[in-house]
Amino acid sequence: MSAITTPFSQTPATWKLPYRGQVGMACLIIAESAIFTIFVVAYLYYIGKSLTGPTPREVLETPIFFTVCLLSSSLTIHLASKLLERGKRGGFLVLWFLTIVLGALFMYGTVREWHRLIYEHGLTISSNLFGTTYYSLVGLHATHVTVGLLMLTIVLLFGLAGRVGQEQSARIDVLSMYWHFVDAVWVVVFTVVYVLGR
Amino acid sequence: MSSDAMAIHQQTDVGSRPWVETLHGWVTTVDHKRLGILYILYALLFLAVAGSEAMIIRIQLMYPHNSFVSPQVFNRIFTMHGTTMVFFVGIPVLFGLANYLVPLMIGARDMAFPRLNAFSFWLTALGGFLLYFSFLGGSGLYGAGNAPDVGWWAYAPLTSRAFSPGHSSDYWTISLLVAGFGSIGTAVNIIATILCMRCPGMKLSRMPLLVWLNLVVSGLVLIAITPLSAAQIMLCVDRYLGGHFFDTQAGGSATLWMHFFWIFGHPEVYILILPAFAVLSEVIPVFSRKPMFGYPVMVGATIAIGFISMSVWAHHMFSIGMSSYGNAFFVLTTMAIAVPTGIKIFNWLGTMWGGRIIFKTPMLFCIGFLFNFLIAGLTGIMLGSAAFNWQLTGSYFVVAHFHYTLSGSFLFGIFAAFYYWYPKITGRMLSERLGKLHFWLFFIGFHLCFDLMHIPGLLGMARRIYTYEAGRGWDTLNLLVSIGAFIQGIATLIFVANLIVSYFKGAKAGNDPWDAWTLEWSVSSPPPAYNFAVTPTVASRRPLWDLKHPEDPDSRYE
Repeated sequence: MSAITTPFSQTPATWKLPYRGQVGMACLIIAESAIFTIFVVAYLYYIGKSLTGPTPREVLETPIFFTVCLLSSSLTIHLASKLLERGKRGGFLVLWFLTIVLGALFMYGTVREWHRLIYEHGLTISSNLFGTTYYSLVGLHATHVTVGLLMLTIVLLFGLAGRVGQEQSARIDVLSMYWHFVDAVWVVVFTVVYVLGR
Repeated sequence: MSSDAMAIHQQTDVGSRPWVETLHGWVTTVDHKRLGILYILYALLFLAVAGSEAMIIRIQLMYPHNSFVSPQVFNRIFTMHGTTMVFFVGIPVLFGLANYLVPLMIGARDMAFPRLNAFSFWLTALGGFLLYFSFLGGSGLYGAGNAPDVGWWAYAPLTSRAFSPGHSSDYWTISLLVAGFGSIGTAVNIIATILCMRCPGMKLSRMPLLVWLNLVVSGLVLIAITPLSAAQIMLCVDRYLGGHFFDTQAGGSATLWMHFFWIFGHPEVYILILPAFAVLSEVIPVFSRKPMFGYPVMVGATIAIGFISMSVWAHHMFSIGMSSYGNAFFVLTTMAIAVPTGIKIFNWLGTMWGGRIIFKTPMLFCIGFLFNFLIAGLTGIMLGSAAFNWQLTGSYFVVAHFHYTLSGSFLFGIFAAFYYWYPKITGRMLSERLGKLHFWLFFIGFHLCFDLMHIPGLLGMARRIYTYEAGRGWDTLNLLVSIGAFIQGIATLIFVANLIVSYFKGAKAGNDPWDAWTLEWSVSSPPPAYNFAVTPTVASRRPLWDLKHPEDPDSRYE
């Protein structure tokens, strides 16, 4: 250590920097958006290019109920993190659990749809271009929902153990950013697959 | 963190510890300086490997009808050379420098997410070893193909099961996917560090340019590496699950792979060259004894390059037959990116203009960079015009052009960084005598090799051919190009010898051997595990200048 490591000059009165968790999650969301963009572009590019059936018009049914489930889970997680910010741990846990239930319902919807497509219509990932792009795009999204559900469940377990308090609310906000992102992606996937794709 | 405490402890009596514990300390470290060094050593290892592959290519092409390697092996070697140099030399060395320098330059204790940092490094490391494991495991049960041989673009349908049996292409895919996730992790980390960990007073407008450029590079990594990851996932779906993304027989499109690859591939070029710009922006002011000329313009030009680089990718694809509007768009964006790049060159020249230039090795490499990069930019503009490109795409002219940017520019910048920051990292100066020898040999070898390489390209020599007919006017040129390549190889060996010899015998560096101005020079060499005993506070872009010249600080003028 030399003399020049002494303080350089007076500290400015206010020095506030953004929270690293939020910045990190924002960066991850940007990166994930790029991945989804490529899959969406591939889906749009291959609409109507399948050489054989089944086609989206024949087999796809619009999952209105499950979409409402997923989108409303964005509201419940937002309210949950607001409650935690104000220190209301009971209300937080209830809404958090509701979020998980809504997310799980959505996943159940995907499972049912895939089961129907595979066993009733014989559509698999290798059937045609529609199958390839559909299962890849919806599957990529479902993977993100699953990862989100796992993380939400871990927080729920910690919460039930009484380890999630007001002081964690910044971290909970980071997780809720991710969940909002997953919901927002579904809006795009829904539009592309069930509206434009048919 | 207990490993922090361990790192501090190790610095005091590293000699007396058994080597297993030292190794364990390095493997489990989360210290940004150690991870930076690991990244750099890893890149050097692969530089040696990919450099040897380059030598094999040049030996094969030295004479017409040479049979040093078989055509199959030649395909594998150029694929591995390209893939290794881009993903396992370029990216690790730039992340290594960013890891080591960014926290020190912004007065931070460590990166924002130290454990993510370690995780990302080991992912990248795993990626490199997976790629080379394909030499052993590539044949799998099929007994065919023992290393990726599809070129570093891996155009469809070459990568389909029919044309690429065995597992060599799978190793290529998985390796780049894994390394890509590592890159994304590190990019997230660097951005979070820069935005959230700056010391008091280190406003964005006061950050060293190296930090600024690494911020832009990391942003580019987030949106440019990810399309490659997505395309690799699709390739996996095609190869393992019977998907049809790139299967033309089922209506899939080979062109789509090209777009996806180059949406990654062209920004990648800027991901590699911007860190070299970053090094120049630190070294040139210090060795010209002047502050950086046009700092805000430099930042603006960097951001402009970041944006424009996302819209030029299809200039790699003029020959596939796009519409004339498509061609015109990509020609114009490619021309446009020359503007911010030109601004940068003028800013460096403006910094040197009227300065008292010190011709030490780091500065020599920077000046060499300026010449090489100018020519690289000019041939880039030539190739960026669609009509010219149709004549020369896929020829050795293109190979010469991009080696001018990657070897003549990126590598020169990285060599400058080694000579400049080696004293900070190890506490010893690199030998100036060996350094100058390295510079001149490399400079001469580089120009002999890559200047002449343009000409066989103009004469019609296609890239990736394993041999050629005599009497087309390519023979002497190819021999000279190979000799140039060997001279660069020898120069690199001298460089490595310099790194090793100076580590033991080099002069002691002290804190600030170059009389520089950024925060990393205020701490001891090598820096202590905790970086700064007291969190520094800065009031200008050159905090150490303010400290050394309290009678005339920069903060008075900014």
